[in-house]
Amino acid sequence: MSKFQAARCIGALTAACAALPLAGVAFAASPTVKVTDPWCRAAPRGALAGGCYLTLTAAVDDRLVSVDTELADHAEIHTMSLDGGVMRMRRLADGIALPAGRTVQLKPGAEHLMIIRPKAQISAGTSVALTLRFAKAPPLRVVAPVKAVGPMQGRH
Amino acid sequence: MGGLRFFLLAALAATTPLAACDRPAPAAKEAGKPSAAQIGGPFQLVDVEGRPVSEKSLRGKPTAIFFGFTYCPEVCPTTLGQMTAWLDALGKDADKLNVVFVSVDPERDTPAQMKLYLSNFDHRIQGFTGAPEAVAKAAKAYRVYYRKVPVEGGEYTVDHTSMIYLMDRDGRFVEPIGYGGPPERGLDALKRLLAL
Repeated sequence: MSKFQAARCIGALTAACAALPLAGVAFAASPTVKVTDPWCRAAPRGALAGGCYLTLTAAVDDRLVSVDTELADHAEIHTMSLDGGVMRMRRLADGIALPAGRTVQLKPGAEHLMIIRPKAQISAGTSVALTLRFAKAPPLRVVAPVKAVGPMQGRH
Repeated sequence: MGGLRFFLLAALAATTPLAACDRPAPAAKEAGKPSAAQIGGPFQLVDVEGRPVSEKSLRGKPTAIFFGFTYCPEVCPTTLGQMTAWLDALGKDADKLNVVFVSVDPERDTPAQMKLYLSNFDHRIQGFTGAPEAVAKAAKAYRVYYRKVPVEGGEYTVDHTSMIYLMDRDGRFVEPIGYGGPPERGLDALKRLLAL
């Protein structure tokens, strides 16, 4: 919002003016993404892959397009499904859509970040640094603590 | 979901022929749906030491058998973790069971890799792998669906049946334990199997 607009609002509190600050905010919203509750599942010794999860909220329509970690050969954005007892996992080549203001949860049994060929064991108590890249928002570095997950708790 | 319905779904999923798994199963296949008695059969694989094993290695004890791969980030470690908890809960009785994890990814799951991976879990869980054709034969015998799915960059993942099959001491199918069900239900199923 410009100084001029603000001054006019202070001078005359009309309905039109009251709406101005809101419009100003929407106009000024920069493409940022908020990350909450990042965590990685502790992976067994010898595991060739691990899963990380987090919750994303984008300020404007955006897209999570890739993820990097120095701790592994590479990382990918995946989804998984269980249908008729068959587990299927797929790489999401186009990433995950992040509609403005909507909370998008990456969680066990659904979308997740797959850490492929970890260079060290992903064990409980350690952490995994992830760099998230978005279509619009600047990259974000997130440190995800590693948690041991009790058997079969993941999907509930 | 009721046990029976779950099983029927599983049986339906399992009917899909391996060679044509990316196409819808033709309606005619419905008629050839396997019955419970058709789950299980001959196989020739190797254990984590590379020693040959077959269906005969499992005779004399009831068996819990499931298929997966060590590259799998969620379902397989969760199932192995759950199985470890069940074996703990069964205590000494767990020694009266065969528990077998069969790889559907024999190219990456060498006996040494299976040994390392399984060292995280109850030592009574055996790991079987083998040549790709031998694994295909074992999966077919157990009506287990699996399919290698390439991922850009040369890697691949494997879709697979996530259920644990319980077999009696003569190798006859008893019931499945579905993934993600209440842990008590699975423990009860294992106790029922031991009481047969």
